[in-house]
Amino acid sequence: MPSKKTTRTSMTHARKTIAAFATVTALGLPTLAMAQEITIGVSIPAATHGWTGGVNFHAEQAKERLESLHPDVSITISTASDPGEQANDLEDLVSQRNIDALVVLPFESGPLTDPVRRVKESGVFVTVVDRGLEQKGIEDLYVAGNNHELGRVSGEYIRERLDGQGDIVVLRGIPTVIDDERVQGFEEAIEGSEINILDMQHANWNRDDGFEVMQDFLARFENIDAVWAQDDDIALGVIEAVRQAEREDELFIVGGAGMKDIIARVMEGDELVPVDVLYPPAMIATAMDLTVQNFVSNGPVVGEYILGSPLITPENAEQYYFPDSPF
Amino acid sequence: MNSVVPDNKPVARSHASIDLKAWGPFFALLALAVLGVLINPAFLGLDNLSNMLTRSAFIGIIAIGATFVITAGGLDLSVGSMAAFIAGVMIILMNSLVEQFGPGLTTILLGIGASLLLGLCAGFINGMVTTKGRIEAFIVTLGTMGIYRSLVTYLADGGTLSLDWGVRDIYRPVYYGSLMGIPIPVIVFLLVAVAGYILLNYTRFGRYCFAIGSNEKVAEYSAIHVDRIKTMTYMLQGVCVALATIIYVPRLGSASGATGVLWELEAIAAVIIGGTVLKGGHGRIWGTVIGAIMLTMIGNILNLTDAISNYLNGTVQGIIIIVAVYLQRASWRKSAP
Repeated sequence: MPSKKTTRTSMTHARKTIAAFATVTALGLPTLAMAQEITIGVSIPAATHGWTGGVNFHAEQAKERLESLHPDVSITISTASDPGEQANDLEDLVSQRNIDALVVLPFESGPLTDPVRRVKESGVFVTVVDRGLEQKGIEDLYVAGNNHELGRVSGEYIRERLDGQGDIVVLRGIPTVIDDERVQGFEEAIEGSEINILDMQHANWNRDDGFEVMQDFLARFENIDAVWAQDDDIALGVIEAVRQAEREDELFIVGGAGMKDIIARVMEGDELVPVDVLYPPAMIATAMDLTVQNFVSNGPVVGEYILGSPLITPENAEQYYFPDSPF
Repeated sequence: MNSVVPDNKPVARSHASIDLKAWGPFFALLALAVLGVLINPAFLGLDNLSNMLTRSAFIGIIAIGATFVITAGGLDLSVGSMAAFIAGVMIILMNSLVEQFGPGLTTILLGIGASLLLGLCAGFINGMVTTKGRIEAFIVTLGTMGIYRSLVTYLADGGTLSLDWGVRDIYRPVYYGSLMGIPIPVIVFLLVAVAGYILLNYTRFGRYCFAIGSNEKVAEYSAIHVDRIKTMTYMLQGVCVALATIIYVPRLGSASGATGVLWELEAIAAVIIGGTVLKGGHGRIWGTVIGAIMLTMIGNILNLTDAISNYLNGTVQGIIIIVAVYLQRASWRKSAP
């Protein structure tokens, strides 16, 4: 009796195994047959503020364009509202979508270094955008703006415009590496001139904070020749504070990023906001383009791709103006 | 019924201690102002003072509403997101009305009306879900906080909603204008404070708030419609948020997902600095007003000096808030056996 039972159990096992094997084969075959299909996962922060809103917009645009250009490319975009959620997204992209390449704009460098490395270890082509990981050599391709250069270009413009002397105030962003690099570049550019930084305060890349900090600067300093706002959201707050104090004629403001409202002002030749310095959210599109190139082109793309931070002037503003973008 | 309603009239029980309690926040404010002058004489400049008071109007008006909610034993964490959401809807509405009515007074009045209605409805939802749904206010308003924040981000498509320039020029004086030298937001703040003071201290509604906050069960047994009164405090809070938004929108003419972040905590802090008890049962409107001004003043003073590293702003703010409340509670303990 016991032996009979054993035989039946093992037979059931065998049937199950065969069934399972058949399922795997059935699922596996179509994948093999369509091996040239390229799946790309894009993981970006949710649109919680202007700049990331721009990232989302340009990612969607690039997805549409690339998918219609290359029918065998399929792109999945997932947005996360915190680093933990983004780490989960990365796992899902690998396990559920079986991606061939990942384009990731990490929420924060530290917490996402390890999740991205695990994606890399599963044999996926990895492109990192904007915020570098804490360990070198994980990503195949790195696409980023240049914060140091943004500071330098802004500093050089202010130095030139003021003929090397004058009193300025600086509104900084959220205390981070990005902010430090920008300020460092700026300080290097004005070094050796007679430009005097009256004070720097953090305005957290936020309009309301920009407005309030600038109000206080205006109350405190009788003469301000220029304002480096570093960011276009801050710049919009600064503009209103200056208008309120009716001191538009004594100074000019330099922002940064390339928000459409500010670029529109530059295009119109606004005296208060004569220029802007680019730090484009559209860099996500650059990263997606290059990642697709890795699969469809014979030209190598592996390496680092650092975008410039050109000065946007009334002459060239039009090429940086995206009226449909939310940013 | 009167037996359960605590005597909340500002009648002195023992002169010295009552004075210390009531005037505690005021003295703290004065001390802070002296510090401000010592750090930078520009602090006393007329422009600076008016900037500061105008700025404190947003948090102040919201905090007056919060005083009612907290006094009645509730809590509203959704006010910052609610302000952003109302601002967003207001901007979209006014932009679309421009086509029909032009950038005139009608457009702005309709925008303001919609704002008040939205605030009232949002407060009603918070109140009803809290009371009828029997869910803690913390959870309900944490939920609505997330909902409004994501709704405004959705409306703005992740970017920023900007008010039509024509409307903006006409609407601008509501923030930047002044009446007899007093900025309009400050006047609104003052009116809301006076109305709040009367409502909390001299009406049945106010007394019910105290009673419910002290002991909800006893209030219920005393035939007070606890659910209705509590819902009304949330609606009042909603209207206050709408009023604050109405004077906020003309300042920068925009709303985004970053608008009003952390306002809820600032409003609650202003209420507590002012001497209202977080667990309910005791509220003080003028204290709240001073608390709101004090919070703005700390930021203002920090902007007027470069003696303190910018990275430490939060530390200074935190210490001042804790010390201010400690001083008050210390005198409170002496007076109450």
